Amino acid sequence: MSVTPDIVCRQFVEEVTNYLEGKLSEAEARWTDEHLAQCDACRAYLTQMKATISALRGLRETGLDPELRARILAELP
Amino acid sequence: MAHVPSRAVAEEVVQDTWVGVLKGIDRFEGRSALRTWIFQILLNTARTRGKREKRTLPFSSLRRRAEEGKDEPAVDPDRFQGRRDDQPGAWASPPAEWQEPERKLATAEARDALLAAISDLPPRQRDVIVLRDVQGYSASEARNALDISETNQRVLLHRARSKVRAALEEQLEPELLP
Repeated sequence: MSVTPDIVCRQFVEEVTNYLEGKLSEAEARWTDEHLAQCDACRAYLTQMKATISALRGLRETGLDPELRARILAELP
Repeated sequence: MAHVPSRAVAEEVVQDTWVGVLKGIDRFEGRSALRTWIFQILLNTARTRGKREKRTLPFSSLRRRAEEGKDEPAVDPDRFQGRRDDQPGAWASPPAEWQEPERKLATAEARDALLAAISDLPPRQRDVIVLRDVQGYSASEARNALDISETNQRVLLHRARSKVRAALEEQLEPELLP
């Protein structure tokens, strides 16, 4: 597959959201998968990004937990 | 804290939002009602802050254009190899492998870091990431709520997520390593 364009890491970090949102073309997604298969650093970056998104999602639950609510209420003037 | 003014603003916005949430929480039962209502508070807080920024920052329109321009890399360019290096565009300073991020990012410290990172974002990026990733809106729900194009929604989300990731890396990485 010598025709495969060489996706470099610097491009991957700019496309990661398009990749996760399923907005790359079929060919672009394939090139990206091929890059990820051979690039430990970009796989680590993708994992960090997914962990970040999942931590953000976690705010929805913890953001309104009773303990936090009580703590903030106690700090109100 | 290295950036005291922005942290102060961050805390103010977070505080205002929580106060709004707490004052009316008892009126909400269903999840969609809660989402709608938190979104309203988010918009109000953002508008208030936007007005304040407009008064104090005469170049806010330039800032907004910079926010929407192409000159906002997801990762510091210095972390990639340059043209004269062996592999231009490849990582020079690669990201580390985080260990057990789900558990280590569930701490109070991580939550504070996340809230501060969100509050430091430009308003439109903050709106999108809160709706999408915190509140769980779909892409089309978020773009309809904010009246922006699909592409713009995705660009704002990308920039916001990239900055929040970088903030976690900067502030929490020692704890995320083995």
